[in-house]
Amino acid sequence: MNNSRALELVVGLFMVLGFAALLFLSLKGSNLAEYQEGDSYTVIANFSNIGGLRVRASVTVAGVRVGRIASIEFDKDSYMARVAMAIVSEYDQFSLDTTASIRTSGLIGEQYVALEPGGDPDNLTEGSEIELTQSALVMERLIGQFLYGKASGDK
Amino acid sequence: MIEWLVRLGANSLQGLETFGRSGLFFWRLLRQLPSALREPGLVVHQLYNLGVLSVIIILVSGLFVGMVLGLQGYNTLVDFGAEGSLGSLVGLSLVRELGPVMSALLFAGRAGSALTAEVGLMKATDQLSALEMMAVDPFPRVLMPRWLAGFIAMPLLTAIFSAVGIIGGYMIGVTLLGVDTGSYWTNLSSSVDFYDDLLNGVIKSVVFGAVVCWVALFQGYDCVPTAEGVGRATTRTVVIASLAVLGFDFLLTALMYGEVG
Repeated sequence: MNNSRALELVVGLFMVLGFAALLFLSLKGSNLAEYQEGDSYTVIANFSNIGGLRVRASVTVAGVRVGRIASIEFDKDSYMARVAMAIVSEYDQFSLDTTASIRTSGLIGEQYVALEPGGDPDNLTEGSEIELTQSALVMERLIGQFLYGKASGDK
Repeated sequence: MIEWLVRLGANSLQGLETFGRSGLFFWRLLRQLPSALREPGLVVHQLYNLGVLSVIIILVSGLFVGMVLGLQGYNTLVDFGAEGSLGSLVGLSLVRELGPVMSALLFAGRAGSALTAEVGLMKATDQLSALEMMAVDPFPRVLMPRWLAGFIAMPLLTAIFSAVGIIGGYMIGVTLLGVDTGSYWTNLSSSVDFYDDLLNGVIKSVVFGAVVCWVALFQGYDCVPTAEGVGRATTRTVVIASLAVLGFDFLLTALMYGEVG
């Protein structure tokens, strides 16, 4: 009897250890926490080129994460990329003339959207569109411009 | 020439027959699921044999695999000044691939072989026949609790393996080689997706657990009931289960991550 109790205890410990490992992996080792951000409101921005921006990339203001990319669609009328950003409801005081630009963290890091608030008295709300956007830097175009500028400068 | 063809045909037929028998065996096994659930004590006992006794080997190998990943990854990434991404490398390779596959291979070697030997020995010493004599079906009493225990233990062992591996990578990368602690954990948690990576890894390990235990139990149940036969069946279990794990891993990876984007 005592023996089987000890065995059950060890098996119980094993189960706890296994589930603790799963918990550790999901909380510390994965982005599960990002899925539960609570209430948010959606803001739209149209970019002429999004580069390598992905859904669920972060949206930052002054380097602080305030939301994530909810969806990326191609608008076939304007030939622009229509990016919907879910911004945490707590941060609801961004002026209507906020600019959105796509940046890269580090040289080869992930791409994210950086917002820079302007001075308009009205704030962004659910469904508002950001007018001023800056597309992602495309390396080929950058190099092309550089070479072109160099060639014309030599004349 | 004709003789060779005859032997090839006979071998193929025999292989197909064994495969079919194993399928019927699996079906008979699965039908006993409700009656095995009615006696959880038997499953708990097998969880000790298969799960608890495998923890040590899983812990040690997980730690070393993580440490090696940390070392190798650091040496490659530091050339590009990207050693901050070490967390992503260690986390993704463990959670997606190495965790499920390595722990399934270890499980096949440690627990699968023991299962085959145990069941094979039961058959060789007529214990299974004795059970049937007493009108006790060995499927719900003997085989199903073992299979169920493996099915439950495998994902937990995999989680332990991956978690310990990530800590091993941390020990080498951060403590020894000086990668920034913050960038290790941030890169890890931002690149490992809960649904795409972690849950898919768990699904893989569940499938591997089911396959390894199926192969092990079938080999034990189907073995030639002699000392030599049990030995051969044990070897076959490790070989077939390992190959099946690798095959299923390719299949599942292709299904999960196959599409572009």
